[in-house]
Amino acid sequence: MGGMNGRPDGSALVTGASRGIGAAIAKALAREGWPVGVNFRSDEDAARAVVDEITQAGGRAKALEGDVSDPATPDVLFEALEEEFGPVLVLINNAGVRADGLAPMIDDEDWNSVIDTNLSAAFRLTRRALRPMIRNRYGRVVNIASIVGAVKGNAGQANYAASKAGLVAMTKTVAAEVARRGVTVNAVAPGLIETDMSEGVGDNLLELVPARRAGTPEDVAECVRFLASDGAAYVTGVCLTVDGGLTA
Amino acid sequence: MAATATREEIESRVFTALEEFGAEPGAIEPDATFESLDIDSLDLVELAQIVEDEYGVQLKGEDMEGVDTVRKAVDLVMSKLG
Repeated sequence: MGGMNGRPDGSALVTGASRGIGAAIAKALAREGWPVGVNFRSDEDAARAVVDEITQAGGRAKALEGDVSDPATPDVLFEALEEEFGPVLVLINNAGVRADGLAPMIDDEDWNSVIDTNLSAAFRLTRRALRPMIRNRYGRVVNIASIVGAVKGNAGQANYAASKAGLVAMTKTVAAEVARRGVTVNAVAPGLIETDMSEGVGDNLLELVPARRAGTPEDVAECVRFLASDGAAYVTGVCLTVDGGLTA
Repeated sequence: MAATATREEIESRVFTALEEFGAEPGAIEPDATFESLDIDSLDLVELAQIVEDEYGVQLKGEDMEGVDTVRKAVDLVMSKLG
């Protein structure tokens, strides 16, 4: 007990943190003083670069390999962080995949893999995170959803939209379950954000964005930083849209 | 990996936990029901975590079915300690 700002000592885990939104979130949480687990599936060099940047800025971080769609992964990630930095008190479910196609063209594998990584893996990680958070009377779970599914449909993304809508529903439900133990569970729904993953998605969307620009990973990370902060203690079960007014 | 503990130790730890959850200390006794102590399902989830942390005993949802009194909870932990 007795970390900065009166919060308990512990660590933060960001899944899919080797690049894009996840990397920006990992850096933002490190600046808040959290030791951060930088999870990656395949790009170890990129994850190490994120860790180096955090370390050089005076923070603490550890690169953690693991495919979140594997049910054995949560224990591996959590135990590594618990051993080195203490209990995971901030969990950011950011890892996500796309396998786009019009519904008649989405085969079972493309359906299942997207639901598995974006929704089921987030649930398994959340489940693993909650009991230590409940014991510590402190916890922050932030699920990275999307305006697709959480707010509106998007042709060609039935699997992705379903996974993100499910993620928001899970967010609200779990939030209600654990609120009185000082644990909050929220979601963030980014709109058009400039990342490798969104490449080619939004070219025709940009003119529809009232802010007249695509968002940056840092725009999203700042919202996550707030939801993960002490100051957001009374905010739970919400889905915060970050889209430059696109769905306003 | 289960630790060794006497029934008295487990009972004492469970009592302390229930008190921490807000149960009236004078009302906590082996045959008290969780309902009468105002202990709910989230409290029992936390109790399971305490037992796991401190005695290395893993309790699953199905283990907890029908466990509605302090005595039954202590019995369950003792049986898992084997």
